[in-house]
Amino acid sequence: MENDVLLEVTDLNIEFHDHIIPETVVFDFDLTLKQGEIVGLVGESGSGKSMSALAIAGLLSRKDMKKRGRIFYDGKDLLTISRNELRSIQGNDISMIFQEPLTSLNPVKRIYDQVEEPLRIHTDLSKEQRYEKVLKILTEVELDDPEHVMRQYPHELSGGMRQRVMIATAMIMEPKILIADEPTTALDVTIQSQIVKLLKKLNARKKTSILFISHDLSLVRTLCERVLVMKDGYIVESGPVERVFTNPTEEYTKKLIAAIPKIDPELIYHNERDTDSK
Amino acid sequence: MRYALKKIVTMMITVIVVTLFVYIAFNLISGDPAISMLGTNATPERLNALREELHLNDPVIVRYFRWLIALFKGDMGVSYSYRIDVSTMIFDKIPVTATMAAMSFILMIVISIPLGIHTSKYQGGVLDRIIMILNQIIMSIPPFFSGILITLIFGRILKIFTPGGYVSYSNDFGGFLWYMFFPSLAIALPKATMAVKLLRGSLISEYNMDYVRTAYSKGNTTNGVIYNHMLKNAILPVITFLGMALTDIIAGSIIVEQVFGIPGLGRILLTSISNRDYPVVMAIIVIISFMVLVVNMLVDIIYSLIDPRISFEDK
Repeated sequence: MENDVLLEVTDLNIEFHDHIIPETVVFDFDLTLKQGEIVGLVGESGSGKSMSALAIAGLLSRKDMKKRGRIFYDGKDLLTISRNELRSIQGNDISMIFQEPLTSLNPVKRIYDQVEEPLRIHTDLSKEQRYEKVLKILTEVELDDPEHVMRQYPHELSGGMRQRVMIATAMIMEPKILIADEPTTALDVTIQSQIVKLLKKLNARKKTSILFISHDLSLVRTLCERVLVMKDGYIVESGPVERVFTNPTEEYTKKLIAAIPKIDPELIYHNERDTDSK
Repeated sequence: MRYALKKIVTMMITVIVVTLFVYIAFNLISGDPAISMLGTNATPERLNALREELHLNDPVIVRYFRWLIALFKGDMGVSYSYRIDVSTMIFDKIPVTATMAAMSFILMIVISIPLGIHTSKYQGGVLDRIIMILNQIIMSIPPFFSGILITLIFGRILKIFTPGGYVSYSNDFGGFLWYMFFPSLAIALPKATMAVKLLRGSLISEYNMDYVRTAYSKGNTTNGVIYNHMLKNAILPVITFLGMALTDIIAGSIIVEQVFGIPGLGRILLTSISNRDYPVVMAIIVIISFMVLVVNMLVDIIYSLIDPRISFEDK
Protein backbone atom coordinates (compact mmCIF):
# COMPACT_ATOMS: atom_id res chain seq x y z
CA MET A 1 0.00 0.00 0.00
CA GLU A 2 2.74 2.44 1.01
CA ASN A 3 4.57 1.67 -2.23
CA ASP A 4 1.74 3.24 -4.18
CA VAL A 5 2.61 6.69 -2.88
CA LEU A 6 4.00 8.72 -5.77
CA LEU A 7 4.32 12.11 -4.23
CA GLU A 8 4.61 13.10 -0.63
CA VAL A 9 4.59 16.73 0.39
CA THR A 10 5.24 17.49 4.04
CA ASP A 11 5.28 20.77 5.91
CA LEU A 12 5.53 22.89 2.79
CA ASN A 13 5.76 26.58 3.67
CA ILE A 14 6.02 29.32 1.08
CA GLU A 15 7.19 32.77 2.09
CA PHE A 16 7.41 35.95 0.03
CA HIS A 17 10.25 38.34 0.74
CA ASP A 18 9.36 41.08 -1.66
CA HIS A 19 8.27 43.42 1.12
CA ILE A 20 9.99 44.51 4.33
CA ILE A 21 7.86 42.11 6.36
CA PRO A 22 7.99 38.55 4.92
CA GLU A 23 4.58 37.18 4.08
CA THR A 24 3.78 33.48 4.32
CA VAL A 25 1.23 32.36 1.76
CA VAL A 26 1.26 28.60 2.40
CA PHE A 27 1.56 27.02 5.88
CA ASP A 28 2.47 23.40 6.63
CA PHE A 29 0.98 22.00 3.46
CA ASP A 30 0.78 18.19 3.48
CA LEU A 31 -0.24 16.03 0.56
CA THR A 32 0.17 12.44 -0.50
CA LEU A 33 -0.70 11.38 -3.99
CA LYS A 34 -1.01 7.71 -4.88
CA GLN A 35 -0.64 6.21 -8.30
CA GLY A 36 -3.75 6.67 -10.41
CA GLU A 37 -5.46 8.81 -7.81
CA ILE A 38 -7.30 12.07 -8.49
CA VAL A 39 -7.08 14.52 -5.61
CA GLY A 40 -8.95 17.80 -5.54
CA LEU A 41 -7.58 20.97 -4.01
CA VAL A 42 -10.25 23.55 -3.37
CA GLY A 43 -10.37 26.97 -1.83
CA GLU A 44 -11.13 30.54 -2.72
CA SER A 45 -8.76 32.92 -4.53
CA GLY A 46 -5.64 33.67 -2.55
CA SER A 47 -5.98 30.56 -0.39
CA GLY A 48 -2.57 29.35 -1.61
CA LYS A 49 -3.72 26.45 -3.76
CA SER A 50 -2.04 27.65 -6.95
CA MET A 51 1.14 28.53 -5.07
CA SER A 52 1.33 25.02 -3.62
CA ALA A 53 0.74 23.52 -7.07
CA LEU A 54 3.41 25.67 -8.71
CA ALA A 55 5.86 24.72 -5.96
CA ILE A 56 5.22 21.00 -6.56
CA ALA A 57 5.70 21.49 -10.30
CA GLY A 58 9.01 23.25 -9.61
CA LEU A 59 7.78 26.48 -11.15
CA LEU A 60 8.31 28.77 -8.17
CA SER A 61 11.90 29.83 -8.41
CA ARG A 62 11.73 33.52 -7.69
CA LYS A 63 14.63 34.83 -5.68
CA ASP A 64 12.36 36.78 -3.32
CA MET A 65 10.56 33.63 -2.27
CA LYS A 66 11.48 30.97 0.30
CA LYS A 67 10.19 27.43 0.34
CA ARG A 68 10.58 25.13 3.33
CA GLY A 69 9.46 21.56 3.83
CA ARG A 70 9.84 18.52 1.62
CA ILE A 71 8.36 17.50 -1.71
CA PHE A 72 9.29 13.86 -2.09
CA TYR A 73 9.02 12.31 -5.51
CA ASP A 74 10.77 9.11 -6.58
CA GLY A 75 13.07 9.18 -3.54
CA LYS A 76 14.17 12.75 -4.22
CA ASP A 77 13.25 16.00 -2.52
CA LEU A 78 12.24 18.33 -5.35
CA LEU A 79 13.08 21.35 -3.21
CA THR A 80 16.75 20.41 -2.84
CA ILE A 81 17.71 18.62 -6.07
CA SER A 82 19.69 20.44 -8.75
CA ARG A 83 18.02 22.43 -11.52
CA ASN A 84 19.11 19.80 -14.04
CA GLU A 85 17.53 16.98 -12.08
CA LEU A 86 14.37 19.02 -11.64
CA ARG A 87 14.20 19.75 -15.37
CA SER A 88 14.48 16.05 -16.19
CA ILE A 89 11.34 15.52 -14.10
CA GLN A 90 9.39 18.55 -15.36
CA GLY A 91 7.23 17.81 -18.37
CA ASN A 92 8.42 14.21 -18.18
CA ASP A 93 7.18 12.76 -14.85
CA ILE A 94 5.29 15.78 -13.57
CA SER A 95 3.49 18.09 -15.95
CA MET A 96 1.05 20.89 -15.55
CA ILE A 97 -1.87 22.55 -17.28
CA PHE A 98 -3.12 26.03 -16.52
CA GLN A 99 -6.18 28.15 -16.22
CA GLU A 100 -5.94 30.26 -19.35
CA PRO A 101 -5.12 28.07 -22.37
CA LEU A 102 -4.78 30.97 -24.81
CA THR A 103 -2.04 32.79 -22.95
CA SER A 104 -0.46 29.54 -21.79
CA LEU A 105 0.30 28.62 -25.40
CA ASN A 106 2.99 30.46 -27.31
CA PRO A 107 1.11 32.69 -29.80
CA VAL A 108 3.77 32.55 -32.51
CA LYS A 109 4.42 28.79 -32.61
CA ARG A 110 2.40 26.14 -34.39
CA ILE A 111 0.48 23.63 -32.27
CA TYR A 112 2.68 20.80 -33.54
CA ASP A 113 5.88 22.41 -32.27
CA GLN A 114 4.36 23.10 -28.87
CA VAL A 115 2.96 19.60 -28.36
CA GLU A 116 6.13 17.98 -29.66
CA GLU A 117 8.49 20.02 -27.47
CA PRO A 118 8.61 17.67 -24.42
CA LEU A 119 9.64 14.84 -26.78
CA ARG A 120 12.48 16.94 -28.13
CA ILE A 121 13.59 17.83 -24.60
CA HIS A 122 13.27 14.43 -22.94
CA THR A 123 13.74 11.81 -25.68
CA ASP A 124 15.98 10.93 -28.63
CA LEU A 125 13.09 9.88 -30.87
CA SER A 126 13.41 10.46 -34.61
CA LYS A 127 11.34 13.07 -36.39
CA GLU A 128 8.93 10.43 -37.73
CA GLN A 129 8.50 8.81 -34.32
CA ARG A 130 7.79 12.20 -32.76
CA TYR A 131 5.21 12.95 -35.44
CA GLU A 132 3.45 9.65 -34.76
CA LYS A 133 3.38 10.39 -31.02
CA VAL A 134 1.98 13.90 -31.53
CA LEU A 135 -0.70 12.58 -33.86
CA LYS A 136 -1.59 9.85 -31.35
CA ILE A 137 -1.89 12.16 -28.35
CA LEU A 138 -3.91 14.76 -30.30
CA THR A 139 -6.30 11.96 -31.23
CA GLU A 140 -6.43 10.79 -27.63
CA VAL A 141 -7.48 14.22 -26.38
CA GLU A 142 -10.34 13.92 -28.89
CA LEU A 143 -9.46 16.74 -31.24
CA ASP A 144 -11.21 16.45 -34.60
CA ASP A 145 -8.88 16.46 -37.58
CA PRO A 146 -5.62 16.44 -35.56
CA GLU A 147 -3.49 16.69 -38.71
CA HIS A 148 -5.08 20.03 -39.47
CA VAL A 149 -4.95 21.27 -35.86
CA MET A 150 -1.23 20.60 -35.56
CA ARG A 151 -0.52 23.04 -38.39
CA GLN A 152 -2.60 25.78 -36.79
CA TYR A 153 -1.71 28.54 -34.35
CA PRO A 154 -3.34 28.97 -30.91
CA HIS A 155 -5.43 31.99 -31.98
CA GLU A 156 -7.07 29.87 -34.66
CA LEU A 157 -8.52 27.41 -32.12
CA SER A 158 -11.48 27.62 -29.74
CA GLY A 159 -10.98 27.73 -25.96
CA GLY A 160 -11.87 24.09 -25.51
CA MET A 161 -9.54 23.00 -28.31
CA ARG A 162 -6.72 25.03 -26.80
CA GLN A 163 -7.16 23.33 -23.44
CA ARG A 164 -7.16 19.95 -25.21
CA VAL A 165 -3.89 20.97 -26.86
CA MET A 166 -2.50 21.92 -23.42
CA ILE A 167 -3.57 18.54 -22.05
CA ALA A 168 -1.98 16.78 -25.05
CA THR A 169 1.28 18.65 -24.40
CA ALA A 170 1.19 17.75 -20.72
CA MET A 171 0.31 14.09 -21.41
CA ILE A 172 2.62 13.35 -24.33
CA MET A 173 5.37 11.98 -22.06
CA GLU A 174 2.75 9.95 -20.16
CA PRO A 175 3.68 11.62 -16.87
CA LYS A 176 3.12 10.04 -13.48
CA ILE A 177 1.50 13.20 -12.17
CA LEU A 178 -0.60 15.84 -13.88
CA ILE A 179 -1.20 19.07 -12.00
CA ALA A 180 -4.29 20.81 -13.35
CA ASP A 181 -4.53 24.37 -12.05
CA GLU A 182 -8.12 25.51 -12.64
CA PRO A 183 -8.11 24.00 -16.15
CA THR A 184 -11.80 24.67 -16.73
CA THR A 185 -12.25 28.09 -15.15
CA ALA A 186 -11.82 30.00 -18.40
CA LEU A 187 -14.14 27.71 -20.34
CA ASP A 188 -17.90 27.72 -20.64
CA VAL A 189 -19.96 25.15 -18.78
CA THR A 190 -20.49 22.54 -21.53
CA ILE A 191 -16.79 22.58 -22.42
CA GLN A 192 -15.93 22.32 -18.72
CA SER A 193 -17.68 18.99 -18.37
CA GLN A 194 -16.08 17.70 -21.59
CA ILE A 195 -12.61 18.55 -20.28
CA VAL A 196 -13.35 16.94 -16.91
CA LYS A 197 -14.55 13.77 -18.67
CA LEU A 198 -11.42 13.78 -20.79
CA LEU A 199 -9.19 14.05 -17.72
CA LYS A 200 -11.05 11.17 -16.13
CA LYS A 201 -10.60 9.03 -19.26
CA LEU A 202 -6.90 9.78 -19.46
CA ASN A 203 -6.56 8.99 -15.75
CA ALA A 204 -8.26 5.61 -16.24
CA ARG A 205 -6.32 4.76 -19.38
CA LYS A 206 -2.84 5.89 -18.42
CA LYS A 207 -2.96 5.66 -14.63
CA THR A 208 -1.76 9.24 -14.37
CA SER A 209 -2.38 10.74 -10.94
CA ILE A 210 -4.07 14.11 -11.09
CA LEU A 211 -3.97 16.99 -8.66
CA PHE A 212 -7.05 18.93 -9.68
CA ILE A 213 -7.19 22.48 -8.41
CA SER A 214 -10.47 24.30 -8.58
CA HIS A 215 -12.85 26.53 -6.74
CA ASP A 216 -15.73 24.70 -8.37
CA LEU A 217 -16.79 22.17 -5.76
CA SER A 218 -19.30 20.40 -7.98
CA LEU A 219 -16.59 19.65 -10.55
CA VAL A 220 -14.30 18.36 -7.80
CA ARG A 221 -17.08 16.11 -6.57
CA THR A 222 -17.59 14.50 -9.98
CA LEU A 223 -13.90 14.02 -10.70
CA CYS A 224 -11.96 13.44 -7.49
CA GLU A 225 -11.66 10.68 -4.91
CA ARG A 226 -10.12 12.78 -2.19
CA VAL A 227 -10.23 16.48 -1.54
CA LEU A 228 -8.18 19.05 0.37
CA VAL A 229 -9.79 22.32 1.41
CA MET A 230 -7.52 25.34 1.76
CA LYS A 231 -8.14 28.65 3.45
CA ASP A 232 -5.65 31.49 3.99
CA GLY A 233 -2.69 29.23 3.29
CA TYR A 234 -3.77 26.39 5.58
CA ILE A 235 -5.33 23.04 4.74
CA VAL A 236 -8.44 23.19 6.90
CA GLU A 237 -9.98 19.88 5.96
CA SER A 238 -9.15 16.81 3.93
CA GLY A 239 -10.62 13.39 3.26
CA PRO A 240 -12.63 11.30 0.80
CA VAL A 241 -14.78 13.52 -1.42
CA GLU A 242 -18.14 12.03 -0.38
CA ARG A 243 -17.33 12.26 3.33
CA VAL A 244 -16.24 15.89 3.02
CA PHE A 245 -19.30 16.80 0.99
CA THR A 246 -21.87 14.98 3.07
CA ASN A 247 -20.34 15.40 6.48
CA PRO A 248 -17.93 18.33 6.61
CA THR A 249 -16.27 18.92 9.98
CA GLU A 250 -15.04 22.45 9.42
CA GLU A 251 -17.24 25.51 9.46
CA TYR A 252 -15.45 26.89 6.41
CA THR A 253 -16.10 23.76 4.36
CA LYS A 254 -19.76 23.87 5.35
CA LYS A 255 -19.94 27.46 4.13
CA LEU A 256 -18.24 26.55 0.85
CA ILE A 257 -20.63 23.70 0.24
CA ALA A 258 -23.63 25.80 1.20
CA ALA A 259 -22.48 28.39 -1.29
CA ILE A 260 -22.39 26.07 -4.31
CA PRO A 261 -25.81 26.73 -5.85
CA LYS A 262 -25.89 30.39 -4.91
CA ILE A 263 -22.70 31.54 -6.58
CA ASP A 264 -22.89 32.66 -10.17
CA PRO A 265 -19.88 31.09 -11.95
CA GLU A 266 -19.31 34.39 -13.78
CA LEU A 267 -18.89 36.18 -10.47
CA ILE A 268 -16.31 33.70 -9.24
CA TYR A 269 -14.46 34.06 -12.48
CA HIS A 270 -14.26 37.85 -12.28
CA ASN A 271 -13.42 37.78 -8.61
CA GLU A 272 -10.62 35.32 -9.35
CA ARG A 273 -9.27 37.51 -12.09
CA ASP A 274 -9.28 40.63 -9.89
CA THR A 275 -7.71 39.22 -6.79
CA ASP A 276 -5.53 36.37 -8.03
CA SER A 277 -2.03 37.14 -6.88
CA LYS A 278 0.01 34.72 -8.96
CA MET B 1 1.76 35.23 -50.54
CA ARG B 2 -1.29 37.40 -51.21
CA TYR B 3 -0.14 39.56 -48.36
CA ALA B 4 3.27 40.09 -49.98
CA LEU B 5 1.66 40.87 -53.32
CA LYS B 6 -0.60 43.45 -51.72
CA LYS B 7 2.42 45.06 -50.08
CA ILE B 8 4.28 45.23 -53.39
CA VAL B 9 1.34 46.90 -55.16
CA THR B 10 0.99 49.41 -52.31
CA MET B 11 4.68 50.12 -52.63
CA MET B 12 4.47 50.77 -56.37
CA ILE B 13 1.66 53.27 -55.82
CA THR B 14 3.71 54.97 -53.11
CA VAL B 15 6.68 55.25 -55.48
CA ILE B 16 4.52 57.01 -58.07
CA VAL B 17 3.15 59.42 -55.47
CA VAL B 18 6.61 60.16 -54.08
CA THR B 19 8.06 60.82 -57.52
CA LEU B 20 5.15 63.11 -58.37
CA PHE B 21 5.66 65.15 -55.21
CA VAL B 22 9.41 65.32 -55.75
CA TYR B 23 9.02 66.40 -59.35
CA ILE B 24 6.38 69.06 -58.71
CA ALA B 25 8.17 70.42 -55.65
CA PHE B 26 11.42 70.86 -57.54
CA ASN B 27 9.65 72.50 -60.44
CA LEU B 28 7.91 74.95 -58.14
CA ILE B 29 10.98 76.03 -56.16
CA SER B 30 13.54 75.62 -58.84
CA GLY B 31 14.13 79.08 -60.28
CA ASP B 32 15.46 78.83 -63.81
CA PRO B 33 18.07 76.12 -64.33
CA ALA B 34 18.92 77.64 -67.71
CA ILE B 35 20.00 80.88 -66.01
CA SER B 36 21.94 79.06 -63.34
CA MET B 37 23.75 77.05 -66.02
CA LEU B 38 24.58 79.90 -68.39
CA GLY B 39 24.82 82.75 -65.88
CA THR B 40 22.80 85.95 -65.68
CA ASN B 41 24.68 87.54 -68.60
CA ALA B 42 23.46 85.02 -71.16
CA THR B 43 21.42 86.29 -74.12
CA PRO B 44 17.66 85.47 -74.20
CA GLU B 45 18.22 83.49 -77.42
CA ARG B 46 20.81 81.24 -75.84
CA LEU B 47 18.65 80.79 -72.73
CA ASN B 48 15.65 79.88 -74.85
CA ALA B 49 17.68 77.43 -76.91
CA LEU B 50 18.87 75.72 -73.74
CA ARG B 51 15.32 75.64 -72.33
CA GLU B 52 14.19 73.97 -75.56
CA GLU B 53 17.04 71.49 -75.30
CA LEU B 54 16.11 70.65 -71.70
CA HIS B 55 12.36 70.60 -72.53
CA LEU B 56 11.76 73.25 -69.85
CA ASN B 57 8.99 74.92 -71.88
CA ASP B 58 6.61 71.92 -71.78
CA PRO B 59 3.80 71.76 -69.17
CA VAL B 60 4.87 70.29 -65.81
CA ILE B 61 2.68 67.20 -66.07
CA VAL B 62 4.06 66.31 -69.50
CA ARG B 63 7.62 66.72 -68.25
CA TYR B 64 6.78 64.63 -65.17
CA PHE B 65 5.56 61.67 -67.18
CA ARG B 66 8.49 61.95 -69.59
CA TRP B 67 10.84 61.98 -66.59
CA LEU B 68 9.04 59.08 -64.88
CA ILE B 69 9.05 56.87 -67.98
CA ALA B 70 12.72 57.64 -68.55
CA LEU B 71 13.35 56.89 -64.87
CA PHE B 72 11.84 53.43 -65.18
CA LYS B 73 14.12 52.83 -68.15
CA GLY B 74 17.09 53.81 -65.98
CA ASP B 75 17.56 57.21 -67.60
CA MET B 76 17.67 59.86 -64.88
CA GLY B 77 18.34 62.82 -67.11
CA VAL B 78 21.44 64.97 -67.51
CA SER B 79 23.20 66.81 -64.71
CA TYR B 80 22.91 70.57 -65.13
CA SER B 81 26.35 71.23 -63.70
CA TYR B 82 28.43 68.44 -65.26
CA ARG B 83 26.44 67.86 -68.49
CA ILE B 84 26.77 64.09 -68.06
CA ASP B 85 24.13 61.43 -67.44
CA VAL B 86 22.91 61.43 -63.85
CA SER B 87 22.89 57.64 -63.89
CA THR B 88 26.62 57.46 -64.66
CA MET B 89 27.24 59.97 -61.88
CA ILE B 90 25.21 58.06 -59.34
CA PHE B 91 25.45 54.38 -60.12
CA ASP B 92 28.97 53.78 -58.92
CA LYS B 93 28.10 55.64 -55.68
CA ILE B 94 25.11 53.46 -54.83
CA PRO B 95 27.23 50.44 -53.80
CA VAL B 96 29.23 52.70 -51.46
CA THR B 97 26.18 53.97 -49.58
CA ALA B 98 24.41 50.62 -49.76
CA THR B 99 27.44 48.82 -48.33
CA MET B 100 27.62 51.30 -45.48
CA ALA B 101 23.91 50.93 -44.75
CA ALA B 102 24.08 47.14 -44.90
CA MET B 103 27.17 47.00 -42.67
CA SER B 104 25.60 49.37 -40.14
CA PHE B 105 22.48 47.27 -40.12
CA ILE B 106 24.39 44.02 -39.57
CA LEU B 107 26.50 45.64 -36.83
CA MET B 108 23.35 46.94 -35.21
CA ILE B 109 21.88 43.43 -35.06
CA VAL B 110 25.14 41.76 -33.99
CA ILE B 111 25.58 44.27 -31.16
CA SER B 112 22.02 44.66 -29.96
CA ILE B 113 20.53 41.16 -29.92
CA PRO B 114 23.14 39.41 -27.71
CA LEU B 115 23.33 42.42 -25.39
CA GLY B 116 19.56 42.70 -25.18
CA ILE B 117 19.24 39.01 -24.30
CA HIS B 118 22.09 39.11 -21.81
CA THR B 119 20.93 42.23 -19.95
CA SER B 120 17.35 40.98 -19.69
CA LYS B 121 18.48 37.55 -18.50
CA TYR B 122 20.69 39.01 -15.78
CA GLN B 123 18.47 41.98 -15.09
CA GLY B 124 19.68 43.99 -12.10
CA GLY B 125 23.08 42.27 -12.12
CA VAL B 126 26.39 44.15 -12.17
CA LEU B 127 27.03 43.60 -15.88
CA ASP B 128 23.47 44.61 -16.73
CA ARG B 129 23.91 47.87 -14.85
CA ILE B 130 27.27 48.66 -16.44
CA ILE B 131 25.96 47.88 -19.93
CA MET B 132 22.82 49.92 -19.42
CA ILE B 133 24.78 52.98 -18.19
CA LEU B 134 27.18 52.77 -21.15
CA ASN B 135 24.17 52.22 -23.36
CA GLN B 136 22.51 55.39 -22.12
CA ILE B 137 25.69 57.41 -22.75
CA ILE B 138 26.23 56.10 -26.29
CA MET B 139 22.55 56.52 -27.10
CA SER B 140 22.78 60.27 -26.60
CA ILE B 141 25.67 60.69 -29.07
CA PRO B 142 24.60 61.78 -32.57
CA PRO B 143 26.14 59.69 -35.41
CA PHE B 144 28.40 62.45 -36.75
CA PHE B 145 29.95 62.89 -33.31
CA SER B 146 30.34 59.15 -32.78
CA GLY B 147 32.07 59.31 -36.19
CA ILE B 148 34.48 61.93 -34.92
CA LEU B 149 35.13 59.91 -31.74
CA ILE B 150 35.74 56.72 -33.73
CA THR B 151 38.11 58.60 -36.05
CA LEU B 152 39.94 59.88 -32.96
CA ILE B 153 40.14 56.56 -31.13
CA PHE B 154 40.66 54.05 -33.95
CA GLY B 155 42.29 56.39 -36.47
CA ARG B 156 44.48 58.76 -34.46
CA ILE B 157 45.21 56.90 -31.20
CA LEU B 158 45.07 53.19 -32.10
CA LYS B 159 45.97 53.85 -35.75
CA ILE B 160 44.13 50.81 -37.08
CA PHE B 161 42.74 52.73 -40.02
CA THR B 162 43.71 55.90 -41.87
CA PRO B 163 41.12 58.66 -41.51
CA GLY B 164 40.31 60.10 -44.91
CA GLY B 165 42.14 57.23 -46.61
CA TYR B 166 39.10 55.95 -48.48
CA VAL B 167 39.78 52.87 -50.60
CA SER B 168 37.59 52.40 -53.67
CA TYR B 169 35.75 49.09 -53.90
CA SER B 170 36.86 48.61 -57.49
CA ASN B 171 40.54 48.79 -56.49
CA ASP B 172 40.67 46.80 -53.25
CA PHE B 173 37.42 45.31 -52.03
CA GLY B 174 38.87 44.05 -48.73
CA GLY B 175 40.43 47.43 -47.99
CA PHE B 176 37.13 49.09 -48.90
CA LEU B 177 35.20 46.91 -46.44
CA TRP B 178 37.78 47.55 -43.71
CA TYR B 179 37.55 51.30 -44.22
CA MET B 180 33.74 51.19 -44.34
CA PHE B 181 33.62 49.29 -41.06
CA PHE B 182 34.37 52.44 -39.05
CA PRO B 183 31.74 54.81 -40.48
CA SER B 184 29.28 51.90 -40.29
CA LEU B 185 30.13 51.48 -36.62
CA ALA B 186 29.62 55.21 -36.08
CA ILE B 187 26.14 54.96 -37.56
CA ALA B 188 25.28 51.64 -35.92
CA LEU B 189 26.33 52.35 -32.33
CA PRO B 190 23.68 54.90 -31.28
CA LYS B 191 20.96 52.90 -33.02
CA ALA B 192 22.17 49.62 -31.54
CA THR B 193 21.93 51.06 -28.03
CA MET B 194 18.29 51.92 -28.65
CA ALA B 195 17.69 48.41 -29.94
CA VAL B 196 19.37 46.95 -26.82
CA LYS B 197 17.08 48.95 -24.59
CA LEU B 198 14.01 48.01 -26.60
CA LEU B 199 14.84 44.28 -26.76
CA ARG B 200 15.74 44.19 -23.07
CA GLY B 201 12.42 45.79 -22.09
CA SER B 202 10.52 43.61 -24.51
CA LEU B 203 12.12 40.41 -23.17
CA ILE B 204 11.63 41.45 -19.55
CA SER B 205 7.92 41.88 -20.11
CA GLU B 206 7.79 38.47 -21.84
CA TYR B 207 9.23 36.76 -18.73
CA ASN B 208 5.89 37.26 -16.99
CA MET B 209 3.82 35.70 -19.75
CA ASP B 210 1.92 32.48 -19.11
CA TYR B 211 3.46 30.68 -22.09
CA VAL B 212 6.90 31.15 -20.50
CA ARG B 213 5.68 29.29 -17.42
CA THR B 214 4.33 26.56 -19.71
CA ALA B 215 7.70 26.36 -21.45
CA TYR B 216 9.45 25.88 -18.09
CA SER B 217 6.87 23.28 -17.08
CA LYS B 218 7.94 21.17 -20.08
CA GLY B 219 11.48 20.96 -18.69
CA ASN B 220 13.11 23.70 -20.76
CA THR B 221 16.32 25.38 -19.62
CA THR B 222 16.26 29.17 -19.31
CA ASN B 223 18.16 29.42 -22.60
CA GLY B 224 15.66 27.05 -24.19
CA VAL B 225 12.82 29.24 -23.00
CA ILE B 226 14.51 32.42 -24.23
CA TYR B 227 15.62 31.17 -27.65
CA ASN B 228 12.75 28.82 -28.50
CA HIS B 229 9.88 30.82 -27.05
CA MET B 230 10.48 34.36 -25.91
CA LEU B 231 12.77 35.72 -28.60
CA LYS B 232 10.29 35.30 -31.42
CA ASN B 233 7.66 37.19 -29.40
CA ALA B 234 10.01 39.82 -28.02
CA ILE B 235 11.69 40.56 -31.35
CA LEU B 236 8.50 41.91 -32.97
CA PRO B 237 8.73 45.51 -31.71
CA VAL B 238 12.49 45.39 -32.31
CA ILE B 239 11.96 44.50 -35.99
CA THR B 240 9.73 47.53 -36.42
CA PHE B 241 12.42 49.63 -34.80
CA LEU B 242 15.23 48.09 -36.89
CA GLY B 243 13.23 48.87 -40.02
CA MET B 244 12.86 52.50 -39.01
CA ALA B 245 16.50 52.59 -37.98
CA LEU B 246 17.58 51.29 -41.38
CA THR B 247 15.72 54.05 -43.19
CA ASP B 248 17.33 56.46 -40.75
CA ILE B 249 20.73 54.93 -41.51
CA ILE B 250 20.27 55.50 -45.25
CA ALA B 251 19.41 59.14 -44.63
CA GLY B 252 21.93 59.54 -41.79
CA SER B 253 24.80 58.19 -43.87
CA ILE B 254 24.89 61.52 -45.71
CA ILE B 255 26.52 63.28 -42.75
CA VAL B 256 28.78 60.42 -41.75
CA GLU B 257 30.08 60.24 -45.33
CA GLN B 258 31.29 63.82 -44.86
CA VAL B 259 33.08 63.00 -41.59
CA PHE B 260 34.93 60.05 -43.12
CA GLY B 261 35.47 61.54 -46.57
CA ILE B 262 33.53 58.86 -48.40
CA PRO B 263 32.37 59.60 -51.97
CA GLY B 264 28.89 58.12 -51.61
CA LEU B 265 25.41 59.35 -52.48
CA GLY B 266 25.46 61.77 -49.56
CA ARG B 267 28.37 63.77 -50.89
CA ILE B 268 26.89 64.13 -54.39
CA LEU B 269 23.56 65.05 -52.86
CA LEU B 270 25.09 67.91 -50.84
CA THR B 271 27.09 69.34 -53.75
CA SER B 272 24.10 69.00 -56.07
CA ILE B 273 21.82 70.83 -53.66
CA SER B 274 24.23 73.75 -53.39
CA ASN B 275 24.68 73.77 -57.23
CA ARG B 276 20.91 73.59 -57.78
CA ASP B 277 21.57 70.50 -59.88
CA TYR B 278 17.98 69.30 -59.66
CA PRO B 279 18.07 66.20 -61.88
CA VAL B 280 20.76 64.77 -59.60
CA VAL B 281 18.95 65.78 -56.41
CA MET B 282 15.66 64.33 -57.65
CA ALA B 283 17.31 61.09 -58.72
CA ILE B 284 18.96 60.65 -55.32
CA ILE B 285 15.77 61.45 -53.44
CA VAL B 286 13.90 58.91 -55.54
CA ILE B 287 16.60 56.29 -54.95
CA ILE B 288 16.66 56.92 -51.19
CA SER B 289 12.88 56.86 -50.90
CA PHE B 290 12.81 53.68 -52.98
CA MET B 291 15.31 52.06 -50.59
CA VAL B 292 13.23 53.19 -47.62
CA LEU B 293 10.06 51.76 -49.16
CA VAL B 294 11.73 48.45 -49.93
CA VAL B 295 12.99 48.23 -46.36
CA ASN B 296 9.54 49.02 -44.98
CA MET B 297 7.98 46.41 -47.19
CA LEU B 298 10.52 43.82 -46.06
CA VAL B 299 9.82 44.70 -42.42
CA ASP B 300 6.09 44.21 -42.95
CA ILE B 301 6.65 40.89 -44.68
CA ILE B 302 9.11 39.63 -42.04
CA TYR B 303 6.69 40.74 -39.34
CA SER B 304 3.85 38.76 -40.87
CA LEU B 305 6.11 35.72 -41.23
CA ILE B 306 7.02 35.82 -37.54
CA ASP B 307 3.62 36.70 -36.12
CA PRO B 308 0.89 34.49 -37.57
CA ARG B 309 -1.78 36.79 -36.14
CA ILE B 310 -0.83 39.62 -38.51
CA SER B 311 -1.38 37.89 -41.84
CA PHE B 312 -4.50 36.30 -40.39
CA GLU B 313 -6.07 39.67 -39.71
CA ASP B 314 -5.16 41.04 -43.12
CA LYS B 315 -6.66 38.27 -45.20
